[in-house]
Amino acid sequence: MFEQRTLTPRLEELRREIRGYAVEYGLDFFEVIFEMVDYDEMNMIASYGGFPTRYPHWRFGMQFEELQKSYSYGLSKIYELVINTDPCYAYLMRSNPEVDQKLVMAHVYGHSDFFKHNYWFSKTNRQMVDTTANHAVKVRRHIDRYGLEEVEQFIEVCLSLENMIDPHAPYFGEYSKQSEESLEEERLAIHGTKFKTKPFMEEFVNPPEVLKEERRKRLKELEREERFPAKPQRDVLKFLIENAPLRRWQRDILQIIRDEAYYFAPQGMTKIMNEGWASYWHSKIMTTRALEASEVIDYADHHSGTMGTRPGVLNPYKVGIELFRDIEERWNTGRFGPEYDACDDYRARREWNRETGLGREKIFEVRKIYNDITFIDEFLTQDFCDRSELFTYKFDRHSGNYVIESREFKAIKDKLLDSLANLGRPIIHVDDGNFKNRGDMHLTHEYHGVPLKLDYARATLENLHRIWSRGVHLETQVDGKKKLLSFNGSRHEEKVLG
Amino acid sequence: MVRRVDPDSRRFRDIVRGKIRDNLKHYISRGELIARQGKNSVSVPLPQIDIPNFRFGKTEQGGVGQGPGGEGASLGGEEADGGPEAGDQPGEHVLEVDVTLEELAEILGEELELPRIEPKGTESVHTTKERYTGINSTGPESLRHFKRTFKQALKRQIQTGNYDPENPIIIPTREDRRYRSWKTLSVPQSNAVIIYMMDVSGSMGNEQKEIVRIESFWLDTWLKSQYENIETRYIIHDAAARVVDAHTFFHIRESGGTKISSAYKLAKEVIEKEFPPSEWNIYPFHFSDGDNWGGDDTSLCMSILSEQLMPWSNIFCYGQVKSAYGSGQFIKDLREAFPGDDRLILSEINSRDEILTSLKTFLGKGK
Repeated sequence: MFEQRTLTPRLEELRREIRGYAVEYGLDFFEVIFEMVDYDEMNMIASYGGFPTRYPHWRFGMQFEELQKSYSYGLSKIYELVINTDPCYAYLMRSNPEVDQKLVMAHVYGHSDFFKHNYWFSKTNRQMVDTTANHAVKVRRHIDRYGLEEVEQFIEVCLSLENMIDPHAPYFGEYSKQSEESLEEERLAIHGTKFKTKPFMEEFVNPPEVLKEERRKRLKELEREERFPAKPQRDVLKFLIENAPLRRWQRDILQIIRDEAYYFAPQGMTKIMNEGWASYWHSKIMTTRALEASEVIDYADHHSGTMGTRPGVLNPYKVGIELFRDIEERWNTGRFGPEYDACDDYRARREWNRETGLGREKIFEVRKIYNDITFIDEFLTQDFCDRSELFTYKFDRHSGNYVIESREFKAIKDKLLDSLANLGRPIIHVDDGNFKNRGDMHLTHEYHGVPLKLDYARATLENLHRIWSRGVHLETQVDGKKKLLSFNGSRHEEKVLG
Repeated sequence: MVRRVDPDSRRFRDIVRGKIRDNLKHYISRGELIARQGKNSVSVPLPQIDIPNFRFGKTEQGGVGQGPGGEGASLGGEEADGGPEAGDQPGEHVLEVDVTLEELAEILGEELELPRIEPKGTESVHTTKERYTGINSTGPESLRHFKRTFKQALKRQIQTGNYDPENPIIIPTREDRRYRSWKTLSVPQSNAVIIYMMDVSGSMGNEQKEIVRIESFWLDTWLKSQYENIETRYIIHDAAARVVDAHTFFHIRESGGTKISSAYKLAKEVIEKEFPPSEWNIYPFHFSDGDNWGGDDTSLCMSILSEQLMPWSNIFCYGQVKSAYGSGQFIKDLREAFPGDDRLILSEINSRDEILTSLKTFLGKGK
């Protein structure tokens, strides 16, 4: 029998209640449409990244099987699923007890408020449900025309490269292109800067060697400009769409993969904040308003489950909610600004209270303009690190285990920021589409101390080659040495660079 | 109801099957699937199914964690993937996929192009099955057919003129009630028994037993997919034979001489006592290194084979595992004694790589 997805009258009543509290607290969200689903529907929706209308591909089937298996072994359960669209869609697990439903609703209103107001979500497509459905129609048409395996394999190749985008690109418009005029000016200036002087001083004020050297540099720069791409480009997918020798349907699919990757990127950029914000609000709404006396134990159990930590894994829910609370507390008591920072009296700091009462206002501001990196950079404090028992860990070759490396504030912050940079993915840009003057592609990995997983890197190069169809080269560091990994269509090569 | 995800799941499973088929030889010769056997399924490690991308090597990356403990304290738990030097093969990442034994058998069948077995003696044994096919006017309430009951009531009301289309209320009475009813069907059943016999004399080493173990796992898997009801018996022998359980069969190590006839005699007794050949499909498999104790015993073997075991069995399979000590004489004797007899299948297994071909030899006849 097909079961209704709409809320039961009782849950609808609760929804109104919770929504009322959320509005009272000043949350301003996209309207949320809740639907009730079973665990397998929930797993299904989750395996499509929230969009069951997405294009067909076995990868989603694989994710679904993994979720099903892990659910049936009792290893995991998806409580909440919310989609960044306007209106917002959220799914409730039919089998959950009432108190969980209330908690999830409050949590979802937090997310929806975040989607609506956080700057990093401002460029996302709020009609993504329709867009993914359109994508699916296109992909199906290509499948009908060119065959399932052909299209499926091409999608696989594209998915292998899907993280090669520039997550910040949407916020800075198109490339700031230099106008032709200024290029022309530079072209004229290649003869070097001459200072005005008397003829007999000429040789000393404008020594010919210097002029020569300057001219050489300029020429080099000019040569660089005429290269392709003119500047290293991090949006490798865009570069491929514009320049790779693809058939029209292939270009179309690559475009679809890129669109969807950009849609999902802000969720990766604000994981800690987004979950922290939603958890802050479910906690606030439940503990101050919505919770019945009989539900306290169940609520506490569920909440602590969400906030649980494991060694070696940073729980974004926990770090997020605690940072928001810390910010609220600091801005309520005035523990910010140069005066507080300069104070080194332990006791005075501990008892510091200027009764500024700005906390609530501050966290609303924070949720509007920050992303995880700026959030951590600005609000992670020494005190917070100590209180939360944060540490950095590393792999210890002797014991074959991960061990705690340091509890020093600076080290923790650096490591955390490192792991958040570029969504925790290596930064790789294309800097030459005509490498060795034979149409090969040259990529550079911006190495910051963490090497690539080599087997994956080689397999990915193979996929890149299938799109570029000429040789592909990746400059990176392996075992402390600069190396060039190449794939020419049949053979992998590895060369140590000087 | 067809779910949206079903086609994608099916596609994924197809790909998995394809990968297993491609690597079947590898799985068979390594024998690694046996340890991963659950009740009805096998967990198959699949390399190269994950979609690769540029990512950091996890080992070097480290990270930030939360919790108590001093510097240098181990985090325990998660194992690290190997260092960068371990990554010479693309796609070392391994995903585990559960595959049912039936599916595995199907893959084996497809890969080896095994014919389906025509069971013999299907007419002689029957089992009964209940099928809910009919409708009855009496029965337990739990089997009441809601729709048919109302249909009946509607019919009656129209006939008696009690039906008002303006106000279509239908009230079934006791006589209107309809129940699902069942029929007992008699279906022919195919029974099979596999009798494994193994030489455990001193010359059979661990490697030889491992080969037997792997081979029998796949034989089991295939035959189970072909028969509804399958029994297994294990016989070990050196100079004397006895029936043991599966665990003992694969792990025991004896020493002493070899009298193959002892095993054949025991197999004969087991069949006589438990599995009348008119009702059972019988599959004796005998594994040995080919050493037998003297010509007298060998001729005794031949007479048991020709008079009892071979006429009774669908096929009689003899697998000779190469060992450092065995003479390998027995297979030659068999070949001589039964030239061209297709009830007897002989196979020499010199190493693990030959298990696959040996399986094909044993099962390729479709008997």
